[in-house]
Amino acid sequence: MSLNNPDKAEQGSSSKKNISLPISRVRLIMKSSPNVSSINQDALFLTTKATELFVQHLALSAFSNGPGRETSTLSYSDLANAAEETETFHFLTDILPKKILARDYFKSLQQMQEEDADC
Amino acid sequence: MAERPEDLNLPNAVITRIIKEALPDGVNVSKEARRAISQAASVFVLYATSCANNFAMKAKRKTLNAGDVLAAMEEMEFERFLEPLREALEVYKKGQKGKKEVSEQKRKDKEKKAGSDNDKSREEEEEDDHMEEEEPPEEEAEEEEVEN
Repeated sequence: MSLNNPDKAEQGSSSKKNISLPISRVRLIMKSSPNVSSINQDALFLTTKATELFVQHLALSAFSNGPGRETSTLSYSDLANAAEETETFHFLTDILPKKILARDYFKSLQQMQEEDADC
Repeated sequence: MAERPEDLNLPNAVITRIIKEALPDGVNVSKEARRAISQAASVFVLYATSCANNFAMKAKRKTLNAGDVLAAMEEMEFERFLEPLREALEVYKKGQKGKKEVSEQKRKDKEKKAGSDNDKSREEEEEDDHMEEEEPPEEEAEEEEVEN
């Protein structure tokens, strides 16, 4: 691991240009994807950097479009809204579902069943 | 390969720091929101990898390269990332090159020392160093060509 130490020092000194997420972890996630056999160093770096940009972009757009600007908060529902409303975040709708009350869920379930019965 | 599901999470502390840096000062980010962003980031990696891999497969390549990742960003409609990514890659490559030069200088110094000690050990060292040069400079790169 001694090889990694100079890396860390470098990242600390110029955090703006370099990356702060661990490359090894990103590689692990990438490798868990089916059919991926090998990834070159530049591709790994770019994916890590892109993930950081993505985190910033998601947080900022959820915050700016959400109601939290007055209260200075970013909440889960802001993110769920962003996933639903912004096209580039659509791929997140499965893991960022909108929360609804159980009461409302049962209501809509009932409605659906009634509609089914009508057909 | 990931053995535990939590291996596929990104470190919370780092994610939190990135979020804080992106938002205006003093914004409170709920714990649930942080967890959601972290999960979203993992999904983003998988999505990008899968897109990039499609490009590599189309070109009949086994190894994902920088071009594949950039093409994936375009496909995912994250064109806004392209420019900062290219810049960051440039800086990264320069850093790698600089590191190589530094280690080369160290190697030469070492060689000089060894050479003054005795000739035989110097030859051995040269051989070792030659191998080092061909290998990518980072530990991560070692598994590059290993297939799963």
